[in-house]
Amino acid sequence: MSERMLTMAEAIREAMCIAFDERPEVFLLGEDVGIYGGAFGVSADMYHRYGAERVLDTPIAELGIVGAAVGAALSGMRPIVEIQFSDFTAQAMDQIANQAAKIHFMLGGALHVPMVLRTPQGSGTGAAAQHSQNLEPWFASVPGLKVVVPSNPADAKGLLLSSIDDPNPVIFLEHKLLYKIPGREPVPEGSTRIPLGVSKVVREGKDLTIVATGIMVNKAWEVCEKLSAEGISITLIDPRTISPLDMQPVFESVDKTGRLLVVQEGPAHAGFINEVIAQMAGSASFGSLIAPIKRLAGMNIPIPYAPQLEKAAVPQIEDIEIAAREIVKNWR
Amino acid sequence: MSAQSLIMGHPMSSPAHARHALLYMWRIRKFEEAVEDLFGRGMMHGTMHLSIGQEASPTGMCMALTLQDQITSTHRGHGHCIAKGADLTRMIAELLGKEIGYCGGRGGSMHIADVETGNLGANGVVGGGIPIAAGAALASKMMKKGSVSVSFFGDGAMNEGAFHEAANLAAIWKLPMILFCENNKYGMSSSTEKAFAIDNLADRGKGYGIPAVNVDGNDVVDVYEQAKIAVERAKSGEGPTLIVAETYRWKGHSRSDKNLYRTKEEIEEWRERDPIPKFTSKIIEAGLMTKEQCDAIAQEATDAIIAAVNESVKAKPADPAGLLDAVFKKASA
Ligand SMILES: Cc1ncc(C[n+]2csc(CCOP(=O)(O)OP(=O)(O)O)c2C)c(N)n1
Ligand SMILES: [Mg+2]
Repeated sequence: MSERMLTMAEAIREAMCIAFDERPEVFLLGEDVGIYGGAFGVSADMYHRYGAERVLDTPIAELGIVGAAVGAALSGMRPIVEIQFSDFTAQAMDQIANQAAKIHFMLGGALHVPMVLRTPQGSGTGAAAQHSQNLEPWFASVPGLKVVVPSNPADAKGLLLSSIDDPNPVIFLEHKLLYKIPGREPVPEGSTRIPLGVSKVVREGKDLTIVATGIMVNKAWEVCEKLSAEGISITLIDPRTISPLDMQPVFESVDKTGRLLVVQEGPAHAGFINEVIAQMAGSASFGSLIAPIKRLAGMNIPIPYAPQLEKAAVPQIEDIEIAAREIVKNWR
Repeated sequence: MSAQSLIMGHPMSSPAHARHALLYMWRIRKFEEAVEDLFGRGMMHGTMHLSIGQEASPTGMCMALTLQDQITSTHRGHGHCIAKGADLTRMIAELLGKEIGYCGGRGGSMHIADVETGNLGANGVVGGGIPIAAGAALASKMMKKGSVSVSFFGDGAMNEGAFHEAANLAAIWKLPMILFCENNKYGMSSSTEKAFAIDNLADRGKGYGIPAVNVDGNDVVDVYEQAKIAVERAKSGEGPTLIVAETYRWKGHSRSDKNLYRTKEEIEEWRERDPIPKFTSKIIEAGLMTKEQCDAIAQEATDAIIAAVNESVKAKPADPAGLLDAVFKKASA
């Protein structure tokens, strides 16, 4: 096994290329995915490797693009759609939520939609309110969609290959700030998969359990490192797929630590992470808690433009650090 | 400069009109150059979409509009905003994330609106402003305001469902609206050849029952003349017009564009069709201005931008403290 450190963009591209090589029915479509290489450079040279028929540049027409993917998926193809910013899934929401998500169930299983919709999400680029949202709960609340939120290159590769294999529509939410940074772990070569619906215990500790999604996993990792020097040891759990959600490792961890901190980028109100809290509250492990559950999430505001405002709008490493330390120190 | 100093009318109808058209095109050009510079120096963050090379379109269109007439704009919206009369300092201050910026630092380049000059706002969503302009026109009609609304949008936006739905509403309701397409030949990397199966985007008008015209988007006079006709049509209750202005963006789509989808020669060719010298020679030839006067106007624009930058740099950064209170408008007592 080689120790390949890839960026998330490279890992995602590698997964797409493996799927392209393995299955002729896989193709990529989206705005500027061709010669431009994708707005965030994810498809890069795929246009030159696979040609204009499999790396399909589209006009600016999100509803049409996703609808075309749904129709192609119903009819034997396996499309990967790239929506340039997750904010513009709004344009395509009918095809995502009313069509793709419901077809298999509604039609009594007669048809299914093997489609992956990849899209960059999140704040931190100064692109303001319509280009920076974290829309995890939009998708996670629709039965019939699987929702993947990778936090690192290795997971992104394995999860994307599983998503492409999956016979159902999968929404694959990639954080923009993660595209260009290498992960902490090497990315395995070859056609490897990570199953959907299995949470990952990123590190184990005994004082506190942190559940975080996407980029917040990386921020929380920094905090785990820092606090371990102070003698606070933390279990960090990354659900990786937020729908379906695997809570078992969270229950098991809380049984040991007795403390739970949950962190997400999106606004607190009705956010995805509240599902983790709800399931915890209804579980036998609730009795293991010795501290109130602490939630860190984005402010209930659109993402602002100016850097100092944007930073204030979503949890930062320092916020997680303060919250983690407080919960451990105050509840013994 | 205050919005009230805007001048309406044909750009060649008097030295004052010629001066206005030239000054505003220069203001847009210099503003965009300043933005590029601030970006390059790391003083501005986020992204930017520059309209260098396209200055004649918003300038010509807005010279046919009153302050009461409304516009909706795009991600490439600095030119529309300036042409409608916005304050340069508040624009730059917004890009620098300052409290005195148009959006108090909350919106940035893609979201500047200026209610005073009838600018309902730039838009981060391609096509997002078109139905909004139709709605503004509907309000004008229902409230008998007598104003028109203009939606600026790009060629790329014409392929969004929003264009289709808004165009049809405008047509069936005979709304006082102008659909102003700035056809700069590309939507990011998609050429109009690839994104359309028709050669002339104005052909789309017919399908909605909307009269459509092509104008030289780099000729402020041609733009104005057709804009004027469209405004009169709208104001007399005859309904919308589609104007397709042929133009070109010199710079990349945004800061990350490597221009892989077009040739240097093509860019060069269009740089030679620069709208500013074109108009400058026209007004000198017509005896409306001397060369020296034209040079002085360019300098005036440069000075105005420098002053706006200097003032903005010194201004107070936006404060995160008020963010939560900023989401909803308070109900009036
Ligand atoms: C709904 C939507 N889809 C995609 C984008 C990303 N995007 C921003 S500008 C742009 C190109 C727009 O082209 P056009 O309408 O021709 O305007 P131009 O940039 O040429 O001025 C794209 C694809 C977006 N902002 N909104
Ligand atoms: Mg365009």
